Formats: sequence, structure tokens, C-alpha cells
Amino acid sequence: MRMTGNGAAGLIRRDRGGSALLAVLGLMVVLAPILNLVVPESSALHLSGYTVTLLGKYMCYAILAIAVDLVWGYCGILSLGHAAFFTLGGYAIGMYLMREIGTRGVYGDPVLPDFMVFLNWKELPWFWHGFNHFGYALLMMLVAPGVLALVFGWLAFRSRVTGVYLSIITQALTYALLLAFFRNDMGFGGNNGFTDFKDVLGFDLDAASTRMVLFVLTALVLGGSYLLCRFIVTSRAGRVVAAVRDAENRARFIGYKVENYKLWIFVFSAMLAGLAGALYVPQVGIINPSEFQPANSIEVVIWVAIGGRGTLYGAVIGALLVNYAKTYFTGALPSAWLYALGALFVLVTLFLPRGIVGLVNQVRHRAAA
Amino acid sequence: MNVRRELLQRLSGRSRSARPPRTGDVLTGDPMQEGPDASRGLILYLEDITVSFDGFRALNALTLYVEAGELRCIIGPNGAGKTTMMDVITGKTRPDAGSAWFGQTIDLLAHTEPEIAQAGIGRKFQKPTVFERHTVFENLELAMAGDKTVWKWLVAKLTGEQRSQIDETLEAIGLMARRDDLAGVLSHGQKQWLEIGMLLVQNPQLLLVDEPVAGMTPQETERTAELLLSLAGRHSVVVVEHDMAFVRSIARKVTVLHEGSVLAEGTIDEVQAHPRVIEVYLGESQHA
Repeated sequence: MRMTGNGAAGLIRRDRGGSALLAVLGLMVVLAPILNLVVPESSALHLSGYTVTLLGKYMCYAILAIAVDLVWGYCGILSLGHAAFFTLGGYAIGMYLMREIGTRGVYGDPVLPDFMVFLNWKELPWFWHGFNHFGYALLMMLVAPGVLALVFGWLAFRSRVTGVYLSIITQALTYALLLAFFRNDMGFGGNNGFTDFKDVLGFDLDAASTRMVLFVLTALVLGGSYLLCRFIVTSRAGRVVAAVRDAENRARFIGYKVENYKLWIFVFSAMLAGLAGALYVPQVGIINPSEFQPANSIEVVIWVAIGGRGTLYGAVIGALLVNYAKTYFTGALPSAWLYALGALFVLVTLFLPRGIVGLVNQVRHRAAA
Repeated sequence: MNVRRELLQRLSGRSRSARPPRTGDVLTGDPMQEGPDASRGLILYLEDITVSFDGFRALNALTLYVEAGELRCIIGPNGAGKTTMMDVITGKTRPDAGSAWFGQTIDLLAHTEPEIAQAGIGRKFQKPTVFERHTVFENLELAMAGDKTVWKWLVAKLTGEQRSQIDETLEAIGLMARRDDLAGVLSHGQKQWLEIGMLLVQNPQLLLVDEPVAGMTPQETERTAELLLSLAGRHSVVVVEHDMAFVRSIARKVTVLHEGSVLAEGTIDEVQAHPRVIEVYLGESQHA
């Protein structure tokens, strides 16, 4: 892919939202390490480790939101199962982190993770082999969601399953995975999933410096994901994808293999979601099947709708705002959160069909007129 | 296979040279890449096409030939099978029986919709379906002929040649001034022209145009007639239309369909004087 520095600048030349997003990310990458590691804890300017982890988590959600916006906002595929790809990516890195624990586990087995010893397993299942290598886990966090999306998408798009039917089967997909991963004999730790991670590549996961590296990495991946997706949607292929969204049959008649375009963008999006999940797990320190919950995937769609779909940066805004609100609400009024989220979605659908980004643009146009 | 062999035998007995290739004919290269071979003067062969929907015969042993470079009008009352015929040609509907060939070498029944579109058959639908959220220019860019695989298009840029082809087309359909406007804001007539333009940039050998002037103002209708006439010769054009005045203004040869087969064929005057045509049309208007 030819993405020179010049090309990257060209991508956001007439994209004010994107430029602002990248500027904020750049600022965070520079300021956060200073405020967190250099500024003493007694200072009012100090950025706590808690906040760093929280922001890192939000940014993982933002990457997931971009992935959903890419398929929904640009290709019209309303996936209500993207949390499944996110979680698979999380499990891939989780398997690496489990193997990294080694003899430091409760049972001290050099090869088997604790839960396998507990289940009285004698040897490592075949699909756990290779996860002691970081590079392999890195590959699998993309390959596992990618292959699932490929198989699922190939079947669904080839049969021309679209609209609400597709949304429903994506929900079924993530629900099926939820049930499967709950089972102990699947070999993924059952309902407890993986936790008690010790280190990544030899760096202590509890150390402030490691957390900061993960934070910066997440910010960079978020910026990179934005640019890559922007590159895709502004390419000729991106215009084809938007044409498929607006008039699928017409695009087919012009001679595009619509299924291939959908499949390709769906797989790419799933891999991006997997990457987000892989960045998420080391920061939150746990991965379990509850991440597969159908409601999680729906929530992602709500972030994108609230931010403004079909803009990419709107998805980021939506993910950050809604999750900030969620953190606040679940602390202050835990029982009210789901109602607030539902009400927000209804209000946005009714009054802000283009989301927050649409509202801002409208206000700006009115001011200019 | 037997049906086809029998068909071919019947065909070879005919005086006209029209016949699809037989086993033993020397075919060179891939016809899907090279486009249709109209060397025998015909671009489209439809022979004994039958299509049934739940027992209703939408097409009943329809046989129709279109010459290369011809502008042909197809008329007929509602339910005569005009749209079904278009569907068969473009691969949307598979007939129960019969054969359909594009030139000498391309068997339309053996290819999918996108393959047929790529091979050089463009279809304009009754209802204009341009990409409303793309600009006029982008609509033409999307429709442009070429290798339409994802990987190529991810990095593909328009060449100067392609750009000038789009500009020529914009000129031809009279939308140069609207180049950068969203297609959604065009008038009905302009959308129809844009759609014809989208067919033209695909360099089709055969254009299928479904009711091009429905809902158009008289000026737009006139402009559309000019446009279609200017296309004949370079392309073969098949127009399905109800508007008799419009048909009279453009047609050299008219085919009348009725109940799924050809009722009459000839110049507009010949056709209008044909007793069966009068009966079918008058019979219709008496009921109306």
C-alpha cells in the first residue's frame, strides 16, 4: 500500500474532523506520558494511572467503532456482531498472556494455564500451540476474526442476505460464540475466561511505564486505523462500496461483483475489530465470554449512530462520549444507565439522523448562511 | 442438449445466415474478453425463449434478432413480456427453454449478470437508479468499463484517457455543467440521461433502454430522441417504449410483442396497419 507521509496528509487535507482527531491523538501521545510519568502525583496536573487505562480502553472502543462505521456507514452492512470479532482478537492476545504467566500461576505448571490444571487436563490442546510466541498471537488476533468474517460473510453475502436479516444472523453469531466460550471443554477457560496476566514481552503489565506504552500504542493504532479507513473510503473502491450501500442491484448491473466488495470490507473491518480487542485485553487485564454478549455489539452501533455514521471520526466521537457517560452513570446511577442509553439512541434516531457530526455541520451551515 | 441440436438444425435450414455457433466451429480466444462477434451482422439472437412464472407464460417461444448498429423499438401492451425479455438478456431471469446468444460467440444463458454487463450489454431501467449520493462525475466513473476487482480499485486512479472519455460522455448527454453536483439533485430527465451516460462509458455493444421518456417533458423527450438516434450505428440500441409518438420519431424498425411472442415486425407504418396489432391494441383500449 502506497501510503507516504505526503499521501497521509493528502488523505485529510479536506477532512476537518479527521485532522482534529489526529491532532488530539498526537497531543495525547506527547502529553500523557509527561503528565503521567514525569509530573509528580501531588501536582494537580498529574494524570492518574486509572485515567490512562480508562482513556486507553475508550480508544480501543473507538477503533471498534471505526470498524463498525466502515461496514455500516459506508457499505450499509448493519453488523450487530462486531463485538464477536473484538472479543476473538482479545482471546488471541489473552492466550499469549496466559502462556506468558508460566510457572507464576497458582499451580505453577510451566506449560498449562491454571484453568487447564484445574480441569485436570494433561496436555495443551492443539490450538493453544504457538501462542507462546508473541508474533504468532499477533497474527492470530487478525487471522481468527478475519477467517470467521470470511466464512460468515461468504455464506451470507453470496446468498444475498441483506438488511435486518443479516443483522439478526450477526446477533446469532455472537450469541453462539458466547454459548460456546462458556463451555469449559472449549479450552478457553469457560465462564471465567482469562485473567491474572503477569507481563507482555517480559514487561510487567502493572508497571506504569508498560501501561503508558500500551496507551500510546493504542492512540497510534487508532490514528493509523483512521487513516487506513479514510484511504479506503476515498479510493475508487470506497466509492464502489458506497454505491453498493445506496443501490446494490444497480452496482451489480454495472458489473461489480458486489459480494466480493462486501466480503472484502467486512473481513477488513473484522480484523480491525480484532486488533482493537487485542489492545483492550492487556489494558483491562481480563477477557471472558461476557464480551460476546449480543448487547455489546448493539452498543457499538449506538456509539456510531450517536457520533454520526459514515464519517469515521464521528464514530470515534460517539465511542468516547457514550463510554465517558457510561463510566459516569454506572458510578453515579448504575440502574439508570441502560435506560439513558436506550433513550439516547431513540432521540438520536429521531432528531439527529446524522448524529453529533451532522448536528455540528448543520449549525455551521446555518452560521455561514 | 437434444433441444439445442434440434434448434440448430432447424436454424441451419433457414435462409437467413443467422445461427449461433455449432460444435466444430473454430472459436479463438475467450469470447467474454473479446466481446461479441457480430461478423454475421447480428448482435442478438433470442430463439424460442419460454419463461413461465407459476404457470403463467411471460414469454412464449419468443424469437427475435437484432442487427448490429440497429435502433430497434419494442412495443406491446402491459404483460406482453417486454421486461421479462430484458431480464433474460441481462441474465436476471433464466428461461425454461430456448437459447440466447450475444453475437456469434457468447451464450447469454451461461453467464451471470455482472459477466453479461462486462461482456457489453448495458441496461437502462425504467426508474432512474443513479447513485444519488455520488456526483455526476463519480456516477460515470463508477460505471466505467474496466477490471472491477477490489484490489485494482483500491489503488486505481483515473487515467487521462478515461477522464476525457467521461468528459466526452458528459458532453454527449448534456450534463457537463452539472459535473460536480450530486446526482440526487438532478431533474428526472437529467437522471435518465445520466443513466444513459453510465451505459455509454461501459462501451456497450448493445444498449437496452426501458421506457426512456416516461415522465419527461416534451423538450426532454425531444432531447432524448436526439441522443438515442446519435447512439445508433456505434451501438445497437433496443428501446422499450409505450409512447407511440416517441417511437415514431426514432424507430426504423419496430417489433410488437403480445402475450410473450412476436406479433408483428416492420416499420412503424407497417406495424400500425397490421390487422392483429390493431385488434390487440383496439381490443385493449375498448376494455380501458
